[in-house]
Amino acid sequence: MFLTYLRRELRRRMRQAIIVAVGLALGIGLVIVVTAVSSGVKNAQASVLHALYGTGTDITVTKTPTAGSGGGGAFGFRGATGTRTRPAAGTTIDVDNLRGAGLGTIGSTSVTTVSKLKGVAADAGGLTLTDTKITGKIPAINSSGGGTGFGGGGTGGTGGGGGFSGSLTPTSFGVDGVDIGNGELGPLSAGKLSSGRTFTSSDASANVAVLDSDYATQNKLAVGSTITIAKTSFKVIGIVSEPSGENNSDAYIPLARAQALASMKNDVNTIYVSSTSASTVSSVSKEISAAVPSSTVTNSSDLASEVTGSLASTSSLANNLGKWLAIVVLIAAFLVASLLTMAAVARRVREFGTLKALGWRSRRIILQVMGESIAIGIIGGVIGVALGFAGAELVDKLAPPLKASVGTTTGTATPGGARQFGAGGTGTGGGFGGGTGGGGFRRAAADAGHTVAVHLTAPVTIGVIILAVVLAIAGGVIAGSFGGWRAARLRPAAALSKVA
Amino acid sequence: MYKLSGVTKDYQKGRQSVAALRGVDVVIEDRDWLAIQGPTGHGKSTLLQILGGLDRPTSGIVDFDGQDLAQMRETQLTGVRAASIGFVFQTFNLIPTLSAQENVETALVPLGIHGADRKARAVKALEDMGLGDRARHLPSELSGGQQQRVALARALVKEPKVLLADEPTGNLDEDTRDEILTLLEKFWGEYNLTLVVVTHDSAVARRAQRIGVMRNGRLTFKQSANRAKGPGSAVPAPPS
Repeated sequence: MFLTYLRRELRRRMRQAIIVAVGLALGIGLVIVVTAVSSGVKNAQASVLHALYGTGTDITVTKTPTAGSGGGGAFGFRGATGTRTRPAAGTTIDVDNLRGAGLGTIGSTSVTTVSKLKGVAADAGGLTLTDTKITGKIPAINSSGGGTGFGGGGTGGTGGGGGFSGSLTPTSFGVDGVDIGNGELGPLSAGKLSSGRTFTSSDASANVAVLDSDYATQNKLAVGSTITIAKTSFKVIGIVSEPSGENNSDAYIPLARAQALASMKNDVNTIYVSSTSASTVSSVSKEISAAVPSSTVTNSSDLASEVTGSLASTSSLANNLGKWLAIVVLIAAFLVASLLTMAAVARRVREFGTLKALGWRSRRIILQVMGESIAIGIIGGVIGVALGFAGAELVDKLAPPLKASVGTTTGTATPGGARQFGAGGTGTGGGFGGGTGGGGFRRAAADAGHTVAVHLTAPVTIGVIILAVVLAIAGGVIAGSFGGWRAARLRPAAALSKVA
Repeated sequence: MYKLSGVTKDYQKGRQSVAALRGVDVVIEDRDWLAIQGPTGHGKSTLLQILGGLDRPTSGIVDFDGQDLAQMRETQLTGVRAASIGFVFQTFNLIPTLSAQENVETALVPLGIHGADRKARAVKALEDMGLGDRARHLPSELSGGQQQRVALARALVKEPKVLLADEPTGNLDEDTRDEILTLLEKFWGEYNLTLVVVTHDSAVARRAQRIGVMRNGRLTFKQSANRAKGPGSAVPAPPS
């Protein structure tokens, strides 16, 4: 009787049932799309992280350099503070340094420490360095001060020291020291080998390099060529294509060689960490912060706050407008469903009164009303899931590629972005771009920020479908509760009073 | 058997209290047929609701087979209605989405009668009303007289002790009215029913054993032409 009565009643009120079901479906569909897009945005953010640090990396650990230390790109001929001693004009300069400018050093023991933490699946140390070559002759000093830096592609220093107007030739390129033992993590892990080979364990102490394909093309290098890093010749053994080119290093060498050449033995400046599961990333991050003092621990969530561009806009749209729109539509749908159910009960006063007169308990009548509402809710849920899938599919198909830009902030987990050098300590004397904050060189304008293009997907997970079903049933229960409450309050005498 | 003592019922209309029943005392014996007449708004339907346990009096005792309906809990009252009291309404009050048979079955649902047994009893009740071939019809597919016969089948299918009818022929033409009256008299006799019928129609009232008149919330009686008849007797001839 319950099902027969329910089915017939829904058929009788088909138009109203469709309105309620479609209303619920719109709300549920929106919730699914918004949730799916949010999930897609998270995935995109993870993609950005992986593009920056390599596939499989969940967390990176870096340190902020202390002023005038480590990262300072001194070239060995900077005038001492307070003196005016400078190389004589015409002196031949041939400098080739490998420096980890912009990132503080972390002891290699920290890599071991992190690897032992709970929730850490694997970790790898890395050195993000810049090889800087300056060749030429020292020009005459223009002591009027305020000169610009070398302008090696970045903003020149504007410090107070004496500037140069000569023509020294500075060049630089990025070099990453790769932990060969943990090659699945770190900057090289995302690359696709386009020719040659990658590192093997026997390369740990060898002068071999893998080049980024863009850099190799620009410099006409190929497998078998030789590249000079810190005045040391490295044989090119492989060329890799990185997925998002702008932030990649130009050359990858074994970590041990990088440490030796940069005089950073037993040091790294980035630790790449993979967690055992996505859910533990946050707790692992906290553990690492405690285990490695003064470190900057960055994961995809942290990165999200630093990401700008269309990805950030989409994230904001999904999390703010989308979420609230879905909530408002859902509440409106619940409200309309409740009001229509109450109106339907009001129209059925005589019917329910008659049933009460026949001995039907209020509970059974409430159950009948609730059953009808829940059935409408489930129909709405099914339509909503279909709408949600369609919406998510549309997002997949039509969403333009999103661009994420991560700004350069020294000491944050954007090692590539921090590759600047020549921030020459605190000296005020002569020197390249001397003066605090005078950024003498930067690698390239592109390094001022990294732009990664990602495709936005809207994955509909089983969890989202369960959420939709729960919402559908909740909508039915809420609407049915109002209707049932009204039916329960109905005096059976109402049936007779209608005809008295 | 009903035994009502000092039954009053007051309704609140805005700030005013309106007395629908003013101390009704009446005994309705088992297998009695009582017709209640009176002007509209003088308490006929209110009295019927109180007899059926659909409403509670403001004061007084409504003794039904030794139990005071006025003091019963709602669930007990629902149980009494389900098992012992059948209702017939002027506007039939059939569930529009259910077939004639399903409408009759609704009276058996609260008694916990399920499946084939419920269906069989419903079909039998409809056949008794001459509607065996209309079992699958919706109320909208039936005439007024047929609908009232379905309502009568629904009221009688559970074999109640009491049948309360509120203007059962009020919406019917004369011929159909007579058909319904004939059926009422037949089943009053066959089922040993206690029958209380509220009616404006004197032709209907004359079929009853007793005729009560509700005026200003008070019940008085006058002799009926059918007084000599008793339950189980042959269908009385319609009044001339």
